[in-house]
Amino acid sequence: MSDPTSNHIADILARYEQPILEEWLREQSAALSARRDLISDADLRRQSAEFLALFTPACRSGSLTDITAPEWQQSCNFLGDVSRSRATQGFSPSETATFVFSLKQPFFFHLRQELGTDAATLAEEMWSATVLLDKLGLYTTEVHQKAREQVIKRQQAEMLELSTPVVKLWDGIIAMPLIGTLDSGRANIMMENLLQSIVDTGSGIAIVDITGVPTVDTLVAQYLLKTVSAARLMGAECIISGIRPQIAQTMVQLGVEFGTVVTKASLADALAYAFRQIGCSVARQTPRA
Amino acid sequence: MIFTKSKTLALRSEEEIVLVRQATRSWMVEQRFTLVAQTKMMTATSELARNAVVYGGGGSARLELLEESGRVGIRVQIEDRGPGIADLEQAMTDHFTSGQGLGLGLGGSKRLVDEFEIWSEPGKGTRVSITWWK
Ligand SMILES: Nc1ncnc2c1ncn2[C@@H]1O[C@H](COP(=O)(O)OP(=O)(O)OP(=O)(O)O)[C@@H](O)[C@H]1O
Ligand SMILES: [Mg+2]
Repeated sequence: MSDPTSNHIADILARYEQPILEEWLREQSAALSARRDLISDADLRRQSAEFLALFTPACRSGSLTDITAPEWQQSCNFLGDVSRSRATQGFSPSETATFVFSLKQPFFFHLRQELGTDAATLAEEMWSATVLLDKLGLYTTEVHQKAREQVIKRQQAEMLELSTPVVKLWDGIIAMPLIGTLDSGRANIMMENLLQSIVDTGSGIAIVDITGVPTVDTLVAQYLLKTVSAARLMGAECIISGIRPQIAQTMVQLGVEFGTVVTKASLADALAYAFRQIGCSVARQTPRA
Repeated sequence: MIFTKSKTLALRSEEEIVLVRQATRSWMVEQRFTLVAQTKMMTATSELARNAVVYGGGGSARLELLEESGRVGIRVQIEDRGPGIADLEQAMTDHFTSGQGLGLGLGGSKRLVDEFEIWSEPGKGTRVSITWWK
């Protein structure tokens, strides 16, 4: 049996810190060979040395099975930072976990060398080291996933803003071309954007063009109808344009009726209608003789 | 009837409604269904998928590509283990809604597709199957 007061793992880490670091760096370089463009050797070395400097004292002071214990907080915080920065750089979760998992090879090598003659202690220590590194490795993938989710959420929010632009076509006429799937999130933003632009520009006519919307189901129809009613309350007329033939047929069978809402096949038709409404006429210049 | 291929997708959120709709579309594009057929089938799929998420608390969608006497068909079956529908006739009636909808999803879907079947049992859940033949 091993002496319970001695801490082989921490001792070996401290004694062989330099060789373990070098071998670990080699392992990481090999595993990340396809990603060398994303992280420099100097950064990798700095991160690895910094982690060992936190990992070794944590192994000495604490429980090797519970990485939520306070003595592991610094190591976990550091790994969290590394994972988050890799996630934003575009590393995959497994590439990120490589940072911790590739420490196994050099670490186990030195454990074997030191404890090789004492099979029982070696088995025990290898087991605790494996469990510990697995937990830390999984922790990095968890943080990585959360960070990716945040990146995606932010991009989605940015896209929502971008994807419902309102353009001023003429004095008193604005248009919003809708492109892509309208879920309730986007539909709400679309409605708010359009109503706000009606106020900001003092427009009396707003054209919503749905040429780029692949399906108009009851949810989309309901949002369009709500938008039209809200615009009316604000004294503006809303025209829906870009109703393609297959969409028109589908809406008829679905039973959706736009009632008194003005609908047009194309944005051009809607604009021509809007010009008539505000008393503008467009005339072709007579060609000069 | 031959089942050429099939696929089951989870249906728990608005994003997954979109994924099911897109899968339906890509199979129909692959099989060269007309644009009208694609649009109608996608719209019906969207309605039923949304019902399963909103009223059924989520469920699944099974896509099947069929062949019968040389005709190609696509079937979408949407299933949930939600509260079920006690009065099917009422639910199928246009403009009936227990929520804030237009009440056109079920009746409209039935009109949009070639075949429409619905099974529902209070306390067990709901399954709707729609098919389009080329
Ligand atoms: N999967 C389901 N589970 C339980 N109840 C359902 C389910 N699908 C529909 N219902 C019930 O049937 C009613 C009618 O459904 P339908 O899809 O026709 O209209 P809606 O969803 O209320 O509105 P819309 O689809 O027009 O937006 C619903 O309001 C709901 O009470
Ligand atoms: Mg519905």
